[in-house]
Amino acid sequence: MKITEQEVRRVADLANLALREDEVARMAHDLDGILTHIDKLNELDTTDVEPMAQVLFDVEETATLREDQERPTLTNADAVGNAAVTSGGYYKVPRVIER
Amino acid sequence: MSSPLHELSIDSIRAGLFAKNFSAEELARQSLAYAEAENPKTNAYLTLSPERALTAARAVDAKIAGGEDPGALAGVPIAVKDVIVTRGLRTTCGSKLLAKYVPPYDATAVIRLEQAGGVIIGKTNCDEFAMGSSNENSAFGPVRNPVALDRVPGGSSGGSAAVVAQGTALVSLGSDTGGSIRQPASFCGISGVTPTYGRVSRYGLTAFASSLDHIGPFGKTTRDAARLLEVIAGHDKMDATSASAPVPSYVAALDGNVKGMKLGLPREYFEGLASETGDLVMAAVEALKKLGCEVRDIQLPHTPYAIAAYYIIATAEASANLARYDGVRYTTRSTAAGTLSDMYRQTRDEGFGDECKRRIMLGTYVLSAGYYDAYYLKAQKVRRLITRDFEQAFEQVDAIVAPVSPFPAFKLGEKLNDPTAMYLSDIYTVTGDLAGIPCMSVPCGLTAQGLPVGLQILTRHFDETTMFRIADAYEKASN
Repeated sequence: MKITEQEVRRVADLANLALREDEVARMAHDLDGILTHIDKLNELDTTDVEPMAQVLFDVEETATLREDQERPTLTNADAVGNAAVTSGGYYKVPRVIER
Repeated sequence: MSSPLHELSIDSIRAGLFAKNFSAEELARQSLAYAEAENPKTNAYLTLSPERALTAARAVDAKIAGGEDPGALAGVPIAVKDVIVTRGLRTTCGSKLLAKYVPPYDATAVIRLEQAGGVIIGKTNCDEFAMGSSNENSAFGPVRNPVALDRVPGGSSGGSAAVVAQGTALVSLGSDTGGSIRQPASFCGISGVTPTYGRVSRYGLTAFASSLDHIGPFGKTTRDAARLLEVIAGHDKMDATSASAPVPSYVAALDGNVKGMKLGLPREYFEGLASETGDLVMAAVEALKKLGCEVRDIQLPHTPYAIAAYYIIATAEASANLARYDGVRYTTRSTAAGTLSDMYRQTRDEGFGDECKRRIMLGTYVLSAGYYDAYYLKAQKVRRLITRDFEQAFEQVDAIVAPVSPFPAFKLGEKLNDPTAMYLSDIYTVTGDLAGIPCMSVPCGLTAQGLPVGLQILTRHFDETTMFRIADAYEKASN
């Protein structure tokens, strides 16, 4: 196995996913399949290859900069309009720190 | 009832409006009625937008009556994939998490097509957050292929391909990260285009894998797809990755002449192919030879590594992009949880479907401490090698022709239980996304069972014109 159930639980924790017990076993099985295929990359020697993070084009250095001017934004009502719970124009979330 | 759009194109709608054969409002009403009647067969639309459509159509009619130019897409009924946001119109991304999400703004591509007189009649079903190759990962049920209702339409833009094939919209917008436009276009027998990375603004496209995501058009014909791309392409100050290169008129270049054009045939794309698919693709290549194209064998030697590199990069980026669905800003929150941390975890476990969870997990794993170099960095290096393969090939040829998918549309449920096999079926399409080059699928015939097969055409960065010219010339010759 490329990945144990214990590792699946650790990664789920990092990803903020509360996997159910039955999901953990299935996830380990599914990830094992694709990770085994991914091993194929080790056949290639990539020592001197420059990593490619993005498809980039030649543009002027300032191409993505603009004047910092005030402009209309979403209204508060629009910005929080899709939230599950709001209060007084803010997002409302459960307590973070137990007192 | 037959489709009101059956015999129409963008050009003929325009001509019909000016000749007063029909009004934009009449065409919109007929299209909406037909979409409503046909949708139960395919489940291709998640939401119809009659008010928005009729408002847009009446504006077109008023412009024509007032002697104004109604725009390049005047009166054209258009469907939009439900990962592209529409102001005031529900946008679900095929996810339970966003079942009630109503965006407060429009995507740039949506603004542009409406400014050109396009009439949005609805939002189309898709794999959840565009993750899938069969449209079976939608929280709202799978889409059925209108060509064969027991089969998948392909994915992830399955709904956008199905509505055009079905004739409930004339053209549509999809998104492509690893083949999500070309593969469903090939399965449904229509044209589907993934433009150069950065050619179309992604402002308002729900992010899946930001270094790979594209918006692109579907059309019954290459000409219609090219026209739609002309409208939505071009720089947008709202998307820092959008390219500033000028947009030529693609349609003006469609003269049917491809004499002397050099086409490359990559042998790596013909291994592991269903024999009927290979035969149809090779017959299309023969037809292009007859039109005067020179065909030569080329090599893209890193193709066998593309799936591995793709599924590392795409899932790594997805794991970051999907972190925002945490129960705070986007509509759905688990009621089971007590603390903030539990709320995040429970919301995401209840909200995401299996495929999204798999990809979030894989992406988180490959980025996690100790694995970054072995997986993510390695994949980025292999991405460079795949891109170099294309650069070297384009020193010898003007375009590359290949299959789109190893097989035609498969039956619903057939591949659901083997995620790795499903990933491997993207082998011929992920390469174009990794390199960021334009690529498209154009129909090249039917199998003995009547299932469509697509021919893929790939060209240099920003050379959509050559790609469209080849597809259009082939289409004209084969009709």
